[in-house]
Amino acid sequence: MSDIHIHINNKTYTTADSRRHTAISDFKLTLPENKFVCLVGPSGCGKTTLLNIIANLDTQYQGEICLDISHKKNNIGYIFQNPRLLPWRTVRENIELALDSPQSDIIDSLLKTMQLTDIQHRYPEHLSLGMSRRVSIIRAFAINPGILLMDEPFVSLDAPTARQVRGLLIQLWKQRPHTILFVTHDLREAIALADRLVFLSASPMSVISEIEVTIPRAERNNETAIESFRQHLLVQHPEIKELL
Amino acid sequence: MTTPNKALPTLSFILFIALWQGMAVYIHNNTLPSPVTVLQVLWQEIQSGALSHHLGITLLRLIASFSIAMFLGCAVGIVLGQNKKLDAFFDNWLVIFLNIPALVTIILCYVWFGLTESAAILAVVINKLPNVVVMIREGTKALDKDLLEMARCYQFSKKKTFFHVIWPQLHPFVMAATRSGLALIWKIILVVELLGRSDGMGYQIHLFFQLFDVASILAYTIAFIAVIQSIELLILKPLDKKALRWRR
Repeated sequence: MSDIHIHINNKTYTTADSRRHTAISDFKLTLPENKFVCLVGPSGCGKTTLLNIIANLDTQYQGEICLDISHKKNNIGYIFQNPRLLPWRTVRENIELALDSPQSDIIDSLLKTMQLTDIQHRYPEHLSLGMSRRVSIIRAFAINPGILLMDEPFVSLDAPTARQVRGLLIQLWKQRPHTILFVTHDLREAIALADRLVFLSASPMSVISEIEVTIPRAERNNETAIESFRQHLLVQHPEIKELL
Repeated sequence: MTTPNKALPTLSFILFIALWQGMAVYIHNNTLPSPVTVLQVLWQEIQSGALSHHLGITLLRLIASFSIAMFLGCAVGIVLGQNKKLDAFFDNWLVIFLNIPALVTIILCYVWFGLTESAAILAVVINKLPNVVVMIREGTKALDKDLLEMARCYQFSKKKTFFHVIWPQLHPFVMAATRSGLALIWKIILVVELLGRSDGMGYQIHLFFQLFDVASILAYTIAFIAVIQSIELLILKPLDKKALRWRR
């Protein structure tokens, strides 16, 4: 497993009224191994499109994605904006289906970490949104992916729940480290989670700047540390302000 | 709240029987026998074994033609629902087959393939197939793209995708096709038997018609309705319940 190189020259799609819309142009990004990278950009700038390209769900683009993880079968974990669980399968079945062979000890420990052991035999429609989100996170972690894509997975969760799930996410990630590409438009959330922030322009999307988050992991729960880092960031990089 | 729910259907059923009895007494003619007479005939037919023989044969034909029509219909419907070009190409074929009167297909099958068992089954299948295809095609078009993307991303095998992602979504459509299909096939199969078979319910009813034996016709009808109701209650309802237990 090594760094992941993404280079997209051009991604254009035709809208419903048959106009051509350039979503991404001349986009270059390198994801260092086992780092947590946050993409921050205005909504509608093409972040989801980028994730779909990396996940190979969208192949209509010009460019190159260098994922050197072909030796693993399940190499991409994708946590979508909506949990996308199969409503007719139980929580546990949903997780097991993502795996080739059911590894019950791994699933058990993931369920325990995410505090979902009690509801593992319930159906997703009987769960709250926060629980469903946690299930989709477990599903992605269970396949032990080379890269984990997360598309605003905490949007529309209330603040305490989001904080709780974020904490659980980091706990899981420390147990089983891998490269994470996390999309958000919430700068505070990005600072709390990431090793590196990547700021994106409005469409056509390209990288404006990349910034390392220097706050140590132990202090990421400290709201004031995050807030001061954010203020500092906005002063040093005025170009970011317009994006948020 | 449960008492009125149960009481009302019972009351309406009693009223129905009473009306029938009243009419029978008033008309006092063989063309409308009383419920008791019909029950007596029904009992005789059951004891002689004639009813179970003919009903059994009709049921076998029903099961055969229904299974073939559902299986083919699901396969074709899924293919057409997933492939826009094929769908556009075959759409007018479907419209033609949907609109051919049942009687025409039955007669043509007998003319072309002779008065045989397979011609009879084929006629029923041809009548039912386009309906299944259309329903399953609509179901396939309505499949959730998000879940299919998820399955692709997590590298579900084709088999896994079909049984865990596609089939549960098609289930309501399949059940609708099953119910409407049973209702349609019941009606067509009698005509098929009447025109070209020497056994089965349709043949018997034809015989009773020539003898003007209304009591027997009604007795067979009751047996018929009882069988359909038990299929609904014993097979379809439990299937529905099992498949939908995940719903809120």
